[in-house]
Amino acid sequence: MEMKYDRILIRYGEMTTKGKNRNIFVRRLKNNIARKLQAFPRIKIEYMRDRMYILLNGEPHEPIIDKLKTVFGIHSFSLAMKCENDLAAIKETALAAVRQLPYKGKTFKVSARRVDKQFPYRSDELNHEVGAHILRQTEDLTVNVRQPDIDVRIEVRQDGTYVTCHDIFGAGGLPVGTSGKAMLMLSGGIDSPVAGYLAMKRGLEIEAVHFFSPPFTSERAKQKVIDLVRKLTAYGGKIKLHIVPFTEVQQAIYQGVPNEYSLISTRRAMLKITDALRRRQRGLAIVTGESLGQVASQTLESMYVINEVTNTPVLRPLISMDKMEIIEIAKQIDTHDISILPYEDCCTIFTPRAPKTKPKKEKVLQHESQLDLAPLLEKAINETETIVIDEEAGQADEFTALF
Amino acid sequence: MIYLDNSATTKPFPEVIDSFVKVATDYFANPSSLHELGMKAERLLTQAREQIAAMLRVKANEVVFTSGGTEANNFAIKGVAWQYRRRGRHIITTEIEHPSVAEPCRQLEELGFEVTYLPVDRNGRVSAEQVERALRDDTILVSIMHVNNEVGTVQPIEEIGALLARYPKTLFHVDRVQGISKVPLDLKKAGVDLSTISAHKFHGLRGAGVLYVREGVRLTSLIAGGGQEMRLRSGTENVAAIVAMAKALRLAMERYEREIDRLKALKDEWRTALSTIPEIEINTPRDGAAPHIINFSLKRGMKPEVFVHELAKSGIYVSTTSACSSKKKAPSKTLVAMGLGEDRAERGIRVSLSFDNTSEEIAPAVAAMKQAIKTLSEVTG
Repeated sequence: MEMKYDRILIRYGEMTTKGKNRNIFVRRLKNNIARKLQAFPRIKIEYMRDRMYILLNGEPHEPIIDKLKTVFGIHSFSLAMKCENDLAAIKETALAAVRQLPYKGKTFKVSARRVDKQFPYRSDELNHEVGAHILRQTEDLTVNVRQPDIDVRIEVRQDGTYVTCHDIFGAGGLPVGTSGKAMLMLSGGIDSPVAGYLAMKRGLEIEAVHFFSPPFTSERAKQKVIDLVRKLTAYGGKIKLHIVPFTEVQQAIYQGVPNEYSLISTRRAMLKITDALRRRQRGLAIVTGESLGQVASQTLESMYVINEVTNTPVLRPLISMDKMEIIEIAKQIDTHDISILPYEDCCTIFTPRAPKTKPKKEKVLQHESQLDLAPLLEKAINETETIVIDEEAGQADEFTALF
Repeated sequence: MIYLDNSATTKPFPEVIDSFVKVATDYFANPSSLHELGMKAERLLTQAREQIAAMLRVKANEVVFTSGGTEANNFAIKGVAWQYRRRGRHIITTEIEHPSVAEPCRQLEELGFEVTYLPVDRNGRVSAEQVERALRDDTILVSIMHVNNEVGTVQPIEEIGALLARYPKTLFHVDRVQGISKVPLDLKKAGVDLSTISAHKFHGLRGAGVLYVREGVRLTSLIAGGGQEMRLRSGTENVAAIVAMAKALRLAMERYEREIDRLKALKDEWRTALSTIPEIEINTPRDGAAPHIINFSLKRGMKPEVFVHELAKSGIYVSTTSACSSKKKAPSKTLVAMGLGEDRAERGIRVSLSFDNTSEEIAPAVAAMKQAIKTLSEVTG
């Protein structure tokens, strides 16, 4: 039988912690990968402290590679072949590994590493033997030890020899779930999904919070947020989306607070509600898509007044980014095209004509003291609808049988 | 009934008809309507687009729904011609394309475009070298079918795509109507810019097709109006047929995964059985052909349309060359291009299979063919 790549070798990302924590990281990564590759029941995942192997058992490697690119905590991975620690077997395996690539007209070198010192050939002997074999058995392939197109890496370990030819970069970061849980304030715009993505990249598990103001915002706006969350599930697995009925709170603020302060008060109310949901869901932080800018809610003065409602860490992964950089990531994670759909969300609908860019905390507090918002906030929290969104299963269950 | 005319159209899967009826009954709203029912129709459209994109291994925004293969082919060719007419006015295609490619090319010739029709070899195949020789500075489009609809020859799409990767100003359109769910092709890897599929060739319903338009390729719309389909193709979307198409494609691809080896073996079996009929000559090449099409020519003097009617009496359905041209009395364009001679090309018969055909059908069908040939010989003497 023709020899084929039979496994994928995975190198961990930035998991520098030692001991028990490391085990937690590795196990979480393994679970995240297993969940991601559910559609391939024959694979088997073996893990050790410094690397992981996915045994393909006949499953196709191309779709698996595509999926692995979205798993945080992987530094890089490679298609690999395993054989016995035997020179003839290693030669044949390395040759088979090269032959599965478009090698014609390319250059190569062999880089052997002998981890198992019992193996009778030294690394440079292996390089020479295997290199000569590949050279003899192929056409139109030459050696270049400085800058080869194909680097045939051979690792002789106690449990066998592994041959890889090509490294693919992973998504980097930390395995989702290893850094704890945070609530993501998700508006439907371009920024917040990117913030959620970056939060997950650093190992956070996220639950999304969306403020919904029917009939001022349409079902389509809600659907848009559901679609955005589904895109994020490619990185985070199942994600809970909390949809907060916000109409009454918003109307109360617009009736009771002078126009130029209403935006700030609305933001404060949103943060209060999110913080309450965070407490209920046992999260430890709130993630927002804010970056520093000149528009009303993004000046430092506004942030200061809004943030005043809670001591919970508010993480702002986009704080230092330019709009173009944010758009770039949004395109890369495929949320951009959904975000730019033109449905009104609760932020745009009541935007005052001239909001304060430098609100005074005392003024805001004074205006809000005239209102009795607490019961309305309480009601919004209690009536919040929570849906769980999964990557594979569509949320639109009534449609499932149609496809 | 033994249905052997699957390249003309396939029988819709029952589950596909169920989806169509359900969508047409319950989700009949216009996807552009603001209300909730409209949103559900839009949602169905989005989900269909995502499913089809995933199966073609392309992005959802690269899937444009059309009314079928003919529209998609017209759109690809004329859309490119119009959009890039200032860049150049030369198009390369082959002598064996389906009329929905060949005719738009002729129309463009009338408008001052130049079209090179590449000849094919004895097996009905063009080569990447031929394409390379025909390329010019002003070539804006190369349009080559994946699987020929008359004889089943598979064209070297990957090689041509690799060649065209060096010519970024020349777009590459591939008519995959016969290839989809029968012969795999990775559009991205093959460097394809535009590609056509049609639902009724994979057990979907007529009235729905797809033009894959690679991100970054711009096309002039042929059908202008309300701006549906990312402003590329206006007209209220045929949601029911599109959802049915998404389901049909999923089911057909599942059948491919499970049954492609069986289909290949079935075709070989058919070939062996047909070779026991001394009065016919097989035109489909032995190698490099799709697993579902076998073309043969009847003996001199036998009228293929009479043969088709004779078989239909026994409930066996085959085709004279391609169904679209079978009402005209004309030699098969592909067989002529393969150099088999006008005469032999006029007597072509096509047997085209689907995953629903079985090997139990072969013996009775071949027996009926032999009988039909006998009857025909008696009539013509």
